[in-house]
Amino acid sequence: MRNLIRFILNNHFFILFLFFEIVALTLVFQNNNYQKAFVFNISRNISGYINTRIFSFRQYLDLHETNQKLVEENIRLRKDLISSYKLNIRPSANVEFDAAWVRQYDFIPAKVISNSVNKQSNFISIDKGTRHGIRPDMAVITYEGVVGIVSGVSENFSTVIPVLNRDLRISSRLKNTGYFGSLHWDGKDPGRALLQDLPHHVNLNAGDTITTSGYSAIFPEGIMIGTIAAFEITGGNFYTVIVDLSTNFRRLSHVYVIDNLFRDELLELEKTTGYD
Amino acid sequence: MIKVLPRNILRILILVLFQVFVLNNIQFSGFVNPYMYILFILLLPFETPGWLLLSLGFVLGLSIDLFANTPGLHASATVFMAFLRPMILDYFAPRDGYVPGTFPRVFYYGFGWFFQYAAILVLAHHFFLFYLEIFRLSDFFITFRRVIFSSIFTLFLVMISQYFIYRR
Repeated sequence: MRNLIRFILNNHFFILFLFFEIVALTLVFQNNNYQKAFVFNISRNISGYINTRIFSFRQYLDLHETNQKLVEENIRLRKDLISSYKLNIRPSANVEFDAAWVRQYDFIPAKVISNSVNKQSNFISIDKGTRHGIRPDMAVITYEGVVGIVSGVSENFSTVIPVLNRDLRISSRLKNTGYFGSLHWDGKDPGRALLQDLPHHVNLNAGDTITTSGYSAIFPEGIMIGTIAAFEITGGNFYTVIVDLSTNFRRLSHVYVIDNLFRDELLELEKTTGYD
Repeated sequence: MIKVLPRNILRILILVLFQVFVLNNIQFSGFVNPYMYILFILLLPFETPGWLLLSLGFVLGLSIDLFANTPGLHASATVFMAFLRPMILDYFAPRDGYVPGTFPRVFYYGFGWFFQYAAILVLAHHFFLFYLEIFRLSDFFITFRRVIFSSIFTLFLVMISQYFIYRR
């Protein structure tokens, strides 16, 4: 016993080192999964408050360009308004236009308060939380395209896993031919991601548009992801496509969180039918 | 000697805030991110006991982790670096040992001594950090490049701080 105590005393520096490393590495590996981002619920509220201050200053510097982009988006949306269309068929008493359409997606505007692009697992924090109707697994987009998926929420803040995180895969589709594959980031270039699982007989061209497929009940169909930069056939039958992401993750400021109002119904249905 | 405590508390606060709010927002080509906060470990007095050194490294790394959403990552790298520090100090010790009342700084031991001491510890920290973050060997050389460029940048900031802020 005395020998044991003497051994511990003699090597206390090394033993303490091992102890701290084990604690730290346990933290690292326990939180590797993005689903476990809720560990930061407590600290999120504190750091969220401070980060809000920093980002509100940075937003001020980007104000001019953001305004420009928002004006462009407004014009585009105005063109899509029903009032910009003329009814092309003869109006009839049988068709009631309002009843034919049901709202599926709701949009919640939010501001980015912290962001990174240079890590392997990047995270974004936004300034809206449960109080504003945000729940985990909602889609986040910006006027340029896809941003990511909400992973953890606290009362006033949420963390988002962006496309620039190796843990995230997004079901995506070629706009012109409709073939779909799975998009993920390889951790190298914050402007580019890889699209895999496209069969080799599909006809690809550089510059083709990639959008979301709408198969996941998270993202609506047809949200812009990016354009094809290059492609090659790897592993026999599938393409590996390098995609230029349309979203500029280095200067995110305003994002929209998308609430799929039918998501619970769809998940419930898929569960009861044993769909996996 | 009494002034050591408040001075170090102030230093750890400034370095963490500077790291979180300024350096973490600097992103050169998505590759380079300087981690200057480890300057705190470099500048601790020679007489710092081992347990305190490791504990401070753990607390320092964990506070960076809280803001960077990377639980344990910086903590483990900083503890590793704190663990190496006494050995590096032994290795580079002058023939008569370190003079009591002096601190590991350029002012006391010269540019060459401090540069070697800082370079080895910064490299060790960055190697540990970046390889733990990526946790695979397939992109060995890309990660290696990130380690080297980030280390150069961190080291540059550390050396500059010796001449502008910690002159004495």
